[in-house]
Amino acid sequence: MNSIGPLTLLTALPIAGAVLVLILKRAQKLSRAVAIVIAVAALLATLVLWARFDSAAPGMQFQEVHTWAPSVGLTYHVGVDGLGILLLVLSAVVVLMSLAASWRNASHGPVYFALVLLLEAGLFGTFTALNFLHWFIFWELTLLPAFFLVRLWGGPQRGRASVQFFFYTMVGSVALLLAFLALYLATGTYDFTTLAQMAQNGGLAAALQQNLHWGGWSGGHIALILFWAVFLGFAVKTPVVPFHGWLPDTYSEASSETTMLLTGAMSKMGIFGFLRILLPIFPAQMQEMLTPLLWLAVASIVLPAFAAWRQKDLKRTFAYSSVNHLGYCVLGVCVAAKLTGVDPSLAIEKSAALTGVLLQIFSHGLTAAALFWFVALLERRSGGLRGLEDFGGLRKIVPVFCGLMGIAIFASLGLPGLNGFPAEFLIFKGAFPLAGWAATAALLGLLLTAVFLLGILQKVFFGPLGKGQLETKTDTNSSSLPAAMRDLSTTERFALAPAIALMFVLGLYPQLIAGKMAGTVTQWTTPATSATEAYKTTAPKHNAARLEAASGAWLIHRKAQAGKAQVAD
Amino acid sequence: MNGSMTVLRILPEIIFTLTGVAIMLIDPVMPKQASRKPLGWLAAFGALAALIASLYQYSLPVGTAYFGVVQTDAFSVFFHVLISGIILVSALVVLDAVHPDTESLGELFALMSFGAVGMLLMTSGVELLLVFIGLEISSISTYILAGFRRKTAKSPESALKYFLLGSFATAFFLYGIALTYGATGTTRITDIAAGLATSHALPIAVVGLAFIVIGLAFKVSAAPFHLWTPDVYEGAPSPIVGLMSTAPKAAAFAVLLRIAYEAFPQLQNHWMPLLWILAAVSMTIGNLGALRQKNVKRMLAYSSIAHAGYLLVAFTVLSTDGVAAASFYAVAYAVMNVGIFAVISHAGGYEDRLTLIEDYKGLAYRSPLLGGVMAFFLLSLIGIPFTGGFFGKFYVFAAAIHSGMIWLAIIGLLNSGIAVFYYLRVLTATYTKPMDSSPVLNVPRVSAPLCLAMALTVAVTLVLGIIPGRVLSMARHAAETFPVFSTQQTPVPGTASAVMAAINTKAR
Repeated sequence: MNSIGPLTLLTALPIAGAVLVLILKRAQKLSRAVAIVIAVAALLATLVLWARFDSAAPGMQFQEVHTWAPSVGLTYHVGVDGLGILLLVLSAVVVLMSLAASWRNASHGPVYFALVLLLEAGLFGTFTALNFLHWFIFWELTLLPAFFLVRLWGGPQRGRASVQFFFYTMVGSVALLLAFLALYLATGTYDFTTLAQMAQNGGLAAALQQNLHWGGWSGGHIALILFWAVFLGFAVKTPVVPFHGWLPDTYSEASSETTMLLTGAMSKMGIFGFLRILLPIFPAQMQEMLTPLLWLAVASIVLPAFAAWRQKDLKRTFAYSSVNHLGYCVLGVCVAAKLTGVDPSLAIEKSAALTGVLLQIFSHGLTAAALFWFVALLERRSGGLRGLEDFGGLRKIVPVFCGLMGIAIFASLGLPGLNGFPAEFLIFKGAFPLAGWAATAALLGLLLTAVFLLGILQKVFFGPLGKGQLETKTDTNSSSLPAAMRDLSTTERFALAPAIALMFVLGLYPQLIAGKMAGTVTQWTTPATSATEAYKTTAPKHNAARLEAASGAWLIHRKAQAGKAQVAD
Repeated sequence: MNGSMTVLRILPEIIFTLTGVAIMLIDPVMPKQASRKPLGWLAAFGALAALIASLYQYSLPVGTAYFGVVQTDAFSVFFHVLISGIILVSALVVLDAVHPDTESLGELFALMSFGAVGMLLMTSGVELLLVFIGLEISSISTYILAGFRRKTAKSPESALKYFLLGSFATAFFLYGIALTYGATGTTRITDIAAGLATSHALPIAVVGLAFIVIGLAFKVSAAPFHLWTPDVYEGAPSPIVGLMSTAPKAAAFAVLLRIAYEAFPQLQNHWMPLLWILAAVSMTIGNLGALRQKNVKRMLAYSSIAHAGYLLVAFTVLSTDGVAAASFYAVAYAVMNVGIFAVISHAGGYEDRLTLIEDYKGLAYRSPLLGGVMAFFLLSLIGIPFTGGFFGKFYVFAAAIHSGMIWLAIIGLLNSGIAVFYYLRVLTATYTKPMDSSPVLNVPRVSAPLCLAMALTVAVTLVLGIIPGRVLSMARHAAETFPVFSTQQTPVPGTASAVMAAINTKAR
């Protein structure tokens, strides 16, 4: 019971770091350096895990089970599959990028760095937890540092934005909690893996039918209601279009370094939920509700692209573009849901879509974080200006900056050779045969993305320099903008270089990620029984007994189900 | 049963009485100018002794004493521990907040101790007349405490309002007891259930129960009997509000639980819908009312109405889970409310220097400790994980969903969404950098008693939020003392319906 595994240590590392940073608060420089060191260490640790992660094996790895509060079904159960490890690495990368971007921002003191580290711990906890309650606790915990990061360091409207952000997410979480309470009541477990097994062998609906007496609804109906409640939770977090109201304000009012975290890492919590919870536990419901879901996905792709086009503010543009990019992920998940169960005919398309989703998760995290980093650099140079109209012809003054930001923009619009392309290509490759109309409609979003991103490129980087700009700007305080602008310093170039390099690497060799994901994707696309076996065999030997205990609940349940099935026959 | 055992059954009550009497005796013989703070410490030590005595009572066998009017069981002891703990922390908070020259400070501490006696008797009494006497003792003490800042306009007004409406409520309660006696021929809570079975005047019993519920609903400030709450909380001194928004309420909830589940289980079809409505209305009115408040104390008054509503949700569940959830929530709510009022009493002072939410702007910058503790309790009130507030709400709504109270759970969860708004408003204010032009807010140094009070409440809130298992099992144990549930073993999750069925068959 007492051995502490690598995932627990990984989650504890940033917490310890945050405490250390707060202790060293007086020594500003030192404490911030400590924060960076901790972030680098966390990244290295995730990379070690990545290297030791067995790509071929399906199921959870590095598992750990401890008792916590058994009376309420709360177990400490962590483990990662391909999705988990990918998100661990991504969070570590984005946090490090964000901290590096904050390095030169004098207003971000040690408390800021400590909060970011706490957020990292929350993310690690969320992405590794396999018990709903345990997961939910971390899910809510990420909200706290995020709230304070937006609240304390941001634009003039940050107070309103942070409350909006908190409120939206809370409502989503409440729905999520309600649904899982009902699930727990019916099944007696919060374990994701167990619940997924039950969903696949049909035990879930039966259990709901049997144990919940909600005005005579059938198990299927209850499952559908629970599905929408859970969906709401993730739709707010991701966000999916009608639930995105908090996003533009929050992203644009938060300081750009914070937005890097929000869009790069925290928005992935929603997609994680889609893949870890919605798809495995409610596959039948997703299938049943496929058409409305696809409409929502398409709306999340196309409408924000239009909105982004109309924005006059760089941060708002990128904020909407973020919704658009995550819309592809939602589309990929939805089309993958079309074929659940035993239907090998379109398995290739399905695994293409899912691999695409995983690639897109990483790719968007990297690109969006990089884009907001560039915005942060631009803001610092222009004294807080970030309107599209405020700039023009930057390429002539700051060529290196424009070159690198241009690469990030092209990555974002999905230029072949950069990281955005393979991800979106795979999603569309899967989506066309499975849901042709939705994929076609979504193409419009792809087109619009290109339009507004190239628009930015043209307005900000090219266009008339100085003269026109000076004329319109004479009466404002920013008249000296272009002249005062410095290009990227050597440190900044070095800091940005790995991120840009990674974009090329992933663009040219997506197998780097896709290869690691193979086992997980296979597990998602193959029928239930083999996955069950895999879950049992991949468990580390010394953990076997504990896992037996953890999985005992569903084993008993399965036996009961089998018995019932026989009686029914 | 030997004599010493009988005394042990009311040991915490005796300790509080002796403390109060000692304070009353010492106060006049102290020199006029001398600081009364030692009396406060005496009250705090009395409360600590009572707390230890309450914990000791866990080792006593279940039984009654003094002609069967008081009963020691896991349920009464659970609430004894809670109330003694609240008095202890409140005494520390008062010690910190008052000036040495505050008038008649000795009386204040004596009244706190005497009030505690009444509350403890309410929870351990199984004879309705004793419960009534306990209710009166605690109410009269709190009426006087509410009006303790005599020289201000608001405080006496608040005391008068509280007194007038409170007297009505206790009158209702007494009338309810009389009607119950008429219908069943007994005022012993444990005998009423048997009396009802043979009663020829059930309608009278129903009316009696309704009156009792009205009287207690007033005491716990459940809507629509809540109108006094904001005015009284606004006028009363802050450290006292921390006390009177928790301890008397916990006691009244205990009485309500005992009466509903032990005396009137047969009438559950009557009281359950009633409490359902009370719960839904309290949550909604409390939260909507709190949204509009500018005064922190009024806001917390409305929030306490809402929390009473959450607690009532657990009442409607009709199972050990429900009673356990209600007891657990009472603890979680009491601890965080006392905690937040500890901060408010210190920052605002005994004279209420700071009352508006705007006044709290920049508190976290002036005193990171106070700001941090305030933020912590606000987050707990919202129900963020790792705090007692989270598991409190979690158990209540889990229990409600278990027993099929889906709509009540949904109403409650929507309400806790609304609640986020007004708690965050205070939270953002504390973390807003104050304007340079705004008047400088002088926060006095944090004294030792306050540190102790904050440390205690924060620690308990964290324990409830991280390792809730022990307290929950104690609450569950307490719930099992009711004979309605005694035929059942601890219900495994998922079999709440089985418990329901058992109650129903018993009822028939």
